[in-house]
Amino acid sequence: MSIEANELTKCFGSFCAVDRLSFGVNRGEIFGFLGANGAGKTTAIRMLCGLLEPSSGRASVAGFDVGSMAEKVKQNIGYMSQRFSLCDDLTVRENIRFYGGIYGLCDRDIKARTGEMLQRLDLASSADVRLGSLPPGWKQKLAFSVAMVHNPEIVFLDEPTGGVDPVTRRRFWELIYEAASRDVTIFVTTHYMDEAEYCDRVSIMVDGRIAALDSPRHLKETFDVPSMNEVFLRLARSTGDEKREERQ
Amino acid sequence: MNSFAAFMTKEFYHILRDRRSAMILFGMPIIQLLLFGYAIRNEIQTVRIAIIDQSHDRITEAITDKLLSSGHFVLVDTFSSDDAIEEGFKSGEITEAIVFEAGFGRRFVREQETSVQIITDGSNPNLARIVLSYTTAVFMDYRASLLQGDEEGKGIAAETLMLFNPELKSVYLFVPGLITLILMLVSALMTSISITREKETGTMEVLLVSSLRPYQIIIGKVVPYLMLSFINVVTVLIIARFVFGVPCRGSVTLLLLESLLFILTALSLGIFISTITSSQQVAMMISLGGLLLPTVMLSGFIFPVSSMPLPLQIISTLIPARWFLVIVRGIMLKGTGIVYFWQETLVLASMTLALGILSIRKFSIRLT
Repeated sequence: MSIEANELTKCFGSFCAVDRLSFGVNRGEIFGFLGANGAGKTTAIRMLCGLLEPSSGRASVAGFDVGSMAEKVKQNIGYMSQRFSLCDDLTVRENIRFYGGIYGLCDRDIKARTGEMLQRLDLASSADVRLGSLPPGWKQKLAFSVAMVHNPEIVFLDEPTGGVDPVTRRRFWELIYEAASRDVTIFVTTHYMDEAEYCDRVSIMVDGRIAALDSPRHLKETFDVPSMNEVFLRLARSTGDEKREERQ
Repeated sequence: MNSFAAFMTKEFYHILRDRRSAMILFGMPIIQLLLFGYAIRNEIQTVRIAIIDQSHDRITEAITDKLLSSGHFVLVDTFSSDDAIEEGFKSGEITEAIVFEAGFGRRFVREQETSVQIITDGSNPNLARIVLSYTTAVFMDYRASLLQGDEEGKGIAAETLMLFNPELKSVYLFVPGLITLILMLVSALMTSISITREKETGTMEVLLVSSLRPYQIIIGKVVPYLMLSFINVVTVLIIARFVFGVPCRGSVTLLLLESLLFILTALSLGIFISTITSSQQVAMMISLGGLLLPTVMLSGFIFPVSSMPLPLQIISTLIPARWFLVIVRGIMLKGTGIVYFWQETLVLASMTLALGILSIRKFSIRLT
């Protein structure tokens, strides 16, 4: 198991953003983590990355407890957010150097990884171009590779495909598959239901809890609908709307 | 350690590549110094005056000569009517009018008592006051010279000496204040912006997920600005010395060390600001609005602290610039040593320590 959560809970005052979450993710699996905005996805990811201490319950990531061994967890994960988290006024090469550096690689490894990465992403000719002038699709690919520069066991992708066109998204998923084939566990959140279909298994969070967790095919069968979109709308609508009205 | 080095390198790239921050960092100090040094002066250059002499005798002419030969006054007109005088002030043609009463010289000699009317433009009270004091000084001077020739011992001849700044150059006043202001603004503003930018672009999340410790992130942010601000201090001191002739009478090493301490205070203030906000704009507003004005108004830079009302005096003790200003003036102008301002130094050191601890606490690795 790469990720194992057991009754993981985070409450802010009386409001529980994440309520007794339990699930497991296998090594090399592409795990889709879905949910409407405000369902508690970000809070859950932050706990799994060791950024936020759980209120109760436990979770282990790459074999380390997120509460007590957050530093160890961090050494074994990669993280990429919707905003790509790259520095626009650094060149491609400097970005790789920077992230390699902060993830604790030595100079020789950084050099080797840089060459390899530039070649794989077909960015060799733009290596010394400032990132700000590159199209979003390239930044996204670079951000993903940079998140894996230290060969982590698990990569967390928080809405990695926000704001890019379908063709680029498709290509991005090829990168994800390629990483998974190298036994990297992929934990991905998304709002695009076609992407949910690409995942090995999908969990759907509603109001801090997991409402469903299975492979896309099984989920569609269970709810007897043709697409993941329908599955998501059923679940999110049934409980999400009531709650949201309550809160208002 | 490698991760820390990579982080610092990135910081330097950020500062030097972003034209805006490079401008603020290196352009602002020089521009401000030249502005304050050349444009904003308290001493008067040429005052346009009108002299209405209704007496026209030896004495009024002697006084007029004395006034005009001082180099500060230029005679514009000799109006004859009161209306013309008022018109002169309204059009801004003159800033001062001197009216000698009829029979001025005769009364001065015979009765030892006579009067002259001095009219100044009160729409600019500051200037009016300075002009007035210059003029009275000339009159007093003339009177003193007469008395000395006549009967010795009559009247009091006050010999004044302005210590540390005998020519009352306002550059002497501005340079220490400017060093303070520049360091405060540049250091606090730039760090608070650079940390909040990290939050805005999402790179902060990555930094936190990386193996960097929070204190490493903070030190990595502080060190580049510490170095660059230090370069600024040296630049300002060099310009002050060679362009404006402001001396540094005390130990330069001590001055640089104290500046380093003050830079640290400002940097920790900047970091503190960035921990309470997450947008660059708010950070800039707080840094500019919350630091610029108090530093200019309440530090003693322009208005002396001792003449402020008590509540403001109490507030001013919270402003780091107030303490640093005493130190800089002490070293540069009075040439004093640490013995005279160890208390101020201590205040700054404690402020830095408190802000530093508070920031590292707030900037905790857990984003709760």
